[in-house]
Amino acid sequence: MATQHVEPAHEHHAHPQESWFRHYMLSTDHKIICFQYMFTGMALAVVAGFFSYVFRMQMAFPGMHVPGWGLVTPNEYNMLITNHGAIMIFWVAMPVLIAAFGNYLIPLMIGADDMVFPKVNRLSYQIFLLSAIVLIASFFTQGGGFGGAWTIYPPLSAKPEYNLTPWGSSLFLVAVALEFIAFLLGGINFITTAMNSRAPGMSYHHIPIVVWMIVIASMLFMASVGPLIAGAIMLVFDQTLHTAFFDPNRGGDPILWQHLFWFFGHPEVYVVLLPALGITAEIITTMSRKKLFAYKTVLNTAIGTGVLSFTVWAHHQFVAGIDPRMANIFTVMTLIISIPIAEMMFVYIATLYGGSITLNTPMLWALSFIFTFLIGGVTGIFLGASGADIYLHDTYFVLAHFHYTFFPIAIIGTFAGVSFWFPKMSGKMMNDTLGKIHFWGTFLGFNGIFIPLFITGMLGDHRRIFDHNFFPELATPTLKGLREFATLSLLFMLAFQPIWFYNVITSLLWGKPAPKNPWNSNTLEWTADSPPPHGNWPTLPIVYRGPYEYSTPNRSEDYWPQNVPS
Amino acid sequence: MSSARPIATTRSSAGMPTGRLAVWWVIASEIVIFGGILASYIMHRLAHDAFAAQAAHTNTWIGAFNTFVLLTSSLSAVMAHRAADHGDAKGAANYLWLTVGGGATFLIVKAFEWTHEIREGFTITSSTFWSFYYTAAGIHASHVLAGMVLMSYIALDAAKGREMQRVEYVGLYWHFVDIVWIFLFPLLYIAK
Repeated sequence: MATQHVEPAHEHHAHPQESWFRHYMLSTDHKIICFQYMFTGMALAVVAGFFSYVFRMQMAFPGMHVPGWGLVTPNEYNMLITNHGAIMIFWVAMPVLIAAFGNYLIPLMIGADDMVFPKVNRLSYQIFLLSAIVLIASFFTQGGGFGGAWTIYPPLSAKPEYNLTPWGSSLFLVAVALEFIAFLLGGINFITTAMNSRAPGMSYHHIPIVVWMIVIASMLFMASVGPLIAGAIMLVFDQTLHTAFFDPNRGGDPILWQHLFWFFGHPEVYVVLLPALGITAEIITTMSRKKLFAYKTVLNTAIGTGVLSFTVWAHHQFVAGIDPRMANIFTVMTLIISIPIAEMMFVYIATLYGGSITLNTPMLWALSFIFTFLIGGVTGIFLGASGADIYLHDTYFVLAHFHYTFFPIAIIGTFAGVSFWFPKMSGKMMNDTLGKIHFWGTFLGFNGIFIPLFITGMLGDHRRIFDHNFFPELATPTLKGLREFATLSLLFMLAFQPIWFYNVITSLLWGKPAPKNPWNSNTLEWTADSPPPHGNWPTLPIVYRGPYEYSTPNRSEDYWPQNVPS
Repeated sequence: MSSARPIATTRSSAGMPTGRLAVWWVIASEIVIFGGILASYIMHRLAHDAFAAQAAHTNTWIGAFNTFVLLTSSLSAVMAHRAADHGDAKGAANYLWLTVGGGATFLIVKAFEWTHEIREGFTITSSTFWSFYYTAAGIHASHVLAGMVLMSYIALDAAKGREMQRVEYVGLYWHFVDIVWIFLFPLLYIAK
């Protein structure tokens, strides 16, 4: 068993007689599990994207019959915004960025044939799928899906008399808790694999940045989610057994939930951010043919960000009545955490400087990540300062700010990663022209949605208002015009998305066959076949150097793969 | 479906068997779960003097007896590990079954204790102290039960000399469950 040979019979299909169901639904192969996570995540992204279309139409044209939905009632509106947010974070960003890319890249980039626990890996996806089914089922229960925002604040979430969703609120919590269990199992697998199954010769400083980022993200998730799991159990007991953990009338404390939630919720931002930063690092170095400007700086700042991310959570609670002395501390910590992130951005820009840049689709996505995320980060400084936050709290400024962070993470990061690794995953090249058209439509559309919303937020537009006509001071022509512009930009952006699906399908069917290493990249996954067979390599590779040796002087080629002996 | 382990599982770049490394990470993730509930409890307790009066109704002697049972079962888990290291398959399995017995005793005592308390009128909704009492001890008890199930499964294998390395891993988990109780016992029973 301990030999370094995979039997030659383990070619493309380990068991040719295996049924489709066994091969694709019950597989323990890390690559198949990546596709399961990715397709489930993308299917739910379509659901959450549809939700955003419905409520944006209601925002811009209150009271209209939205095509495909009908009249939006206040309760439906609450359910739509709640589940849009929850799905995009828990059922799109997490499964696609961490689970799908982690599953695909970790074994291939560290030169292993699979995850260390393939069956736990399969179980992790199955629990994740169950969590998604529970969430979708909650939409069809009496009262409909939960509508108390993804933050699930009690007492609104605890009492059906308040939230009017007796089933929806409990099922929502159960779905979230199941999703956490799935990612804890997956995360333990990722961390153990990256620590223990590296190819001979691969030291900690030879690990590609994206693998580091996914592993650090898994550790952050593991360290932050525990209190919220405990809190979720307490909240479910409040809902179903009528305990009073969060009920102030009976000795409980609703602010406690906010602490438990945001102790997880803020590190969670970095849990999804770090993998996206890792993906862009791989693309930027490969496409500018330069060594990553400062590998150890990126690694150390990522770890530093992770540690600091546990000290900023109460900046979400500045208006919740927390002690002003505590608000001072959290303001300072929040401003400090922008330093390591800024440092990473500078490293990326320094990597680009003087490189010979190829502006293809993955590179456009990677560059737009830097652009949009910088806007997201800079606007965060306003919100991190408690004084400014008291005015801006719960306005559209906050909403635009976190979309400028989450959109680059979840959407740009995913498109960047998929377009970069598509040749490896599918064995076909993707059409670059269609990819660029889709990129520009999405990028311009996105900015068109959220730049106006920064302005409406600064003008005092509150986030959770269902119909602004009830608030004359918010129903001015300027604000209405900006809201309509945002909605039209959303329609513009959504109109470009079928191009991507068309591109994926036609490339899969008729695309140019991909060579092993289409981007002349250094990391190990590019030395396997495209797509890699079960077991990844006939003989597992050995590593001789770090992953970013591009344009090394005195070499005829401008890249130097990790597995080539000196 | 072939159940051969991937080569990845047999490597140990970090210098530790994969199974043991993974159990440590499981324990790390569990620490924060219990940490969350204990921190919430302590915050409530510091803010409400009424907790002490409620806590006075818990039975310290039963709690102490259960602490003794659980600590003793950790000893037999260590004996199982030692037997496994010496290649004594029968001995390892028997000590594991003894540990399972310790867990069962703990749960049976707990069942009588809770029945008595509920009959006295102290239910999960009586006050926040009792809510924490049943929730924290309940989550802990579910971990004891999970440990017993895992240990029985591993004991059946170990008796035939299979997967002997797992005897140590399940022991690590069992010690962790023990240590959680060492935090719960003073917080729920002694501090009155």
